[in-house]
Amino acid sequence: MDAAVADREPVSASPAGAQSAERGKMIEVSHLEKTFVTVRNERIHALSDISLSIAEREFVTIVGPSGCGKSTLLKIIAGLVPATRGSVLLAGTPVDRPRKDIGIVFQNPVLLPWRTVLDNVLLPAEVQGLPLGPARKRARELLEMVGLAGFENKYPMELSGGMQQRAGISRALVHDPKILLMDEPFGALDAMTREQMNLDLQRICLEAGKTVVLITHSIPEAVFLGDRVVVMSARPGKIARLVHVNFPRPRSIEVMGDPEFGRATSEIRRLLYGNAGPDPHFIPAGGGIS
Amino acid sequence: MSVIADNPAVVEQPTQPPNRFVLLMRTRPETVLAPALLVVLLFGWEYGVVWLNVPSYILPPPSSIVIALWRGLSEDFTSRAGYWLHAGVTLYEVLLGFFIGSGVGLLLGTIISQIRILEATLRVYIVAIQSLPKIALAPIVVLWFGFGLTSKVVIICLLTFFPLLVTSMAGFKAVDHERLELMRSLGANSWQVFWKVRLPSALPYIFAGLDMAAVFAVVGAIVGEFVGAQRGLGTLILSMNAQMDTAGTFSVFIILALLGVALNLSLRAIERRLLFWSGGSQRVIGS
Ligand SMILES: Nc1ncnc2c1ncn2[C@@H]1O[C@H](COP(=O)(O)OP(=O)(O)OP(=O)(O)O)[C@@H](O)[C@H]1O
Ligand SMILES: [Mg+2]
Repeated sequence: MDAAVADREPVSASPAGAQSAERGKMIEVSHLEKTFVTVRNERIHALSDISLSIAEREFVTIVGPSGCGKSTLLKIIAGLVPATRGSVLLAGTPVDRPRKDIGIVFQNPVLLPWRTVLDNVLLPAEVQGLPLGPARKRARELLEMVGLAGFENKYPMELSGGMQQRAGISRALVHDPKILLMDEPFGALDAMTREQMNLDLQRICLEAGKTVVLITHSIPEAVFLGDRVVVMSARPGKIARLVHVNFPRPRSIEVMGDPEFGRATSEIRRLLYGNAGPDPHFIPAGGGIS
Repeated sequence: MSVIADNPAVVEQPTQPPNRFVLLMRTRPETVLAPALLVVLLFGWEYGVVWLNVPSYILPPPSSIVIALWRGLSEDFTSRAGYWLHAGVTLYEVLLGFFIGSGVGLLLGTIISQIRILEATLRVYIVAIQSLPKIALAPIVVLWFGFGLTSKVVIICLLTFFPLLVTSMAGFKAVDHERLELMRSLGANSWQVFWKVRLPSALPYIFAGLDMAAVFAVVGAIVGEFVGAQRGLGTLILSMNAQMDTAGTFSVFIILALLGVALNLSLRAIERRLLFWSGGSQRVIGS
C-alpha cells in the first residue's frame, strides 16, 4: 500500500485511515463558512464550506497560501471566533466559547512582558486554578524540553523571537490539554532546532495521546508530522485536498529521505503552486521551505 | 578588550593613558558641558546685571537670590517669615490633592472603561471638560470652601482628576487585542483578565497621567494660594512681590522647583520598578 494516498475529491468527513476509524471523533467541522465584515463594511469571505473530521489522537497539519484562512479556522475551532455558518463539535459538544482542555500556540507568541518566562508558562495553570506546585515542576520540564532551561527568570524582551515562540509552546502544554492547536509554532526557528522540536512534539503527542491541529508553511514539516495534511486553497479558503501520510510512528528524521515522502511533498507542492511553481520534482533534504 | 591586550604591538606602545578629563570629554561630553554651561550662565547673569545697571527689584543677581534663600531657610520651622512653614503647608496641599484627585480619577477611569455603554455615553463630556481651563474656577472654589486647606485641595483635585481619568481610559482602551484573546482562550474570567492583563497593560498610560498630574498639583496649589490663603509658598510670593523683594520671590521659586523635582523623581522611581518591562519613551527620558 502507498505510504501517501491523495484523495481525488475535496472530501468532507472522510474516514481518517483504517486505524483511526475505530477511535472517537474529537473535532468535527462541518460546512463551516466565515465571512468577516470590516469596519468599512466590506465583506471578506475567509472560509468556504470547510468540512473536516479529526479523530482522537490524530495529528492533522494544515498548509495553504498566506491569507487563505488557516488561522481563522484554528480560532473558530478554539471558540475564539464565531463561525458565520456551519458547526464545530469537540468530542460531540458544539463549540460556543473557549474550552479549558485546549492548548493554543498563536502565530505571534503573545507573552506578557511583565512576567518572567516561567510565570508566562504558568499562566494557564494560574487562570484555571490548577495546583501551582506540580504546575511549576511541569513548566520547568517543558522549558527544558524546548531548550529554554536557565531562562526561567528572564523576561520576554530578553529572548529572541524563536525563544519566545518556544516559551509559547511550553505555555500551551502546561495544563496538559487533550487538544493542541498550533499556528505556525516553529516559524521563527532555525532548521536544526525545528527538526528537534518536531521530534519532541511528536513524542509528547504520542505519549500523552493528544489530538493536534498544526498550521505550517513548511511542506516537509506538514508531511513529517501529520497523519493527514489538509491542503487549502485561497480566496475563499477551501480544502483543496486531504493527503494521507501513513508512515509508522514514531517517525525519525530519516523518513524525509523516503521516496514516498518526496512523492507526498511534491504532490502538495503541485497543489499549492500549480504547474507554474517551483520544480515539482524537488526532493526535500529535510528542514523547512519558509 | 582581550584583543588589545593580546596584541603585543599595542601593549608595548609607551604612550600615556589619556587623563580622565580627556576621556570623559570624549565619551560623555555632556557630563562636563552641561554644568559648565550653568556656571557660565550664572556668571553672565551675576555680572551682567551689575554691568548693565539693572535695578535689583527687576532682576536681582544670583548671589542675592542665594542669600535670600539662605535667610528663609535658616528661620525657625514655625516662623511665618521663614520658608519651612509655608513649604510644609504647600507640600501637604499638593500631596493630599494629588492623591485624592488622581486616585478618584484613576478609579472612575477604570470603572468607566470596563462598562462599554458608560464609556460611550460619557466620552463626549469627558473630552469636552478635559479641554476646559479648570484653573479659572479657582476663585469660585475659594469662595465656596474658604481660605483654608480645603479650597486648595479641591482645586488640585479638579486639576489632577482629569489627566488620570483620560489617560486611564485611553490605557484600558489600548490593551493589545491578542493578549485579551490569549486570556479568553484560557477561559479566564473578567476579574482575572483585569488583574493579569488589562491593568498591567494600561500602567504606562496611567503613569503618563500621574506625571502630568504631579505638575498640575503644584500649579494648582500656588494659584489657589494666590487667590486666597493665609499660609503657603503662594502667599509668601505675593507678600514678597508687594514689597518688591524680587530676590525673595526667586528664592521661593527655587523651593517650588525643588518640590516639583522631588515629586517627579519619586514618581519615576516607582515607575522604574513597575514598568521595567515597557521600553517606552518615559524610560528613555527618565534614565
Ligand atoms: N478580524 C478580521 N477582520 C477582517 N478580516 C479578517 C480578520 N481576520 C482575518 N481576516 C481576513 O481573513 C483572511 C484569512 O486570514 P487568516 O489570518 O486566517 O489567514 P492565514 O491563512 O492564517 O494567513 P497567514 O498564513 O498569513 O497567517 C485574510 O484575508 C484576512 O484579511
Ligand atoms: Mg495565520
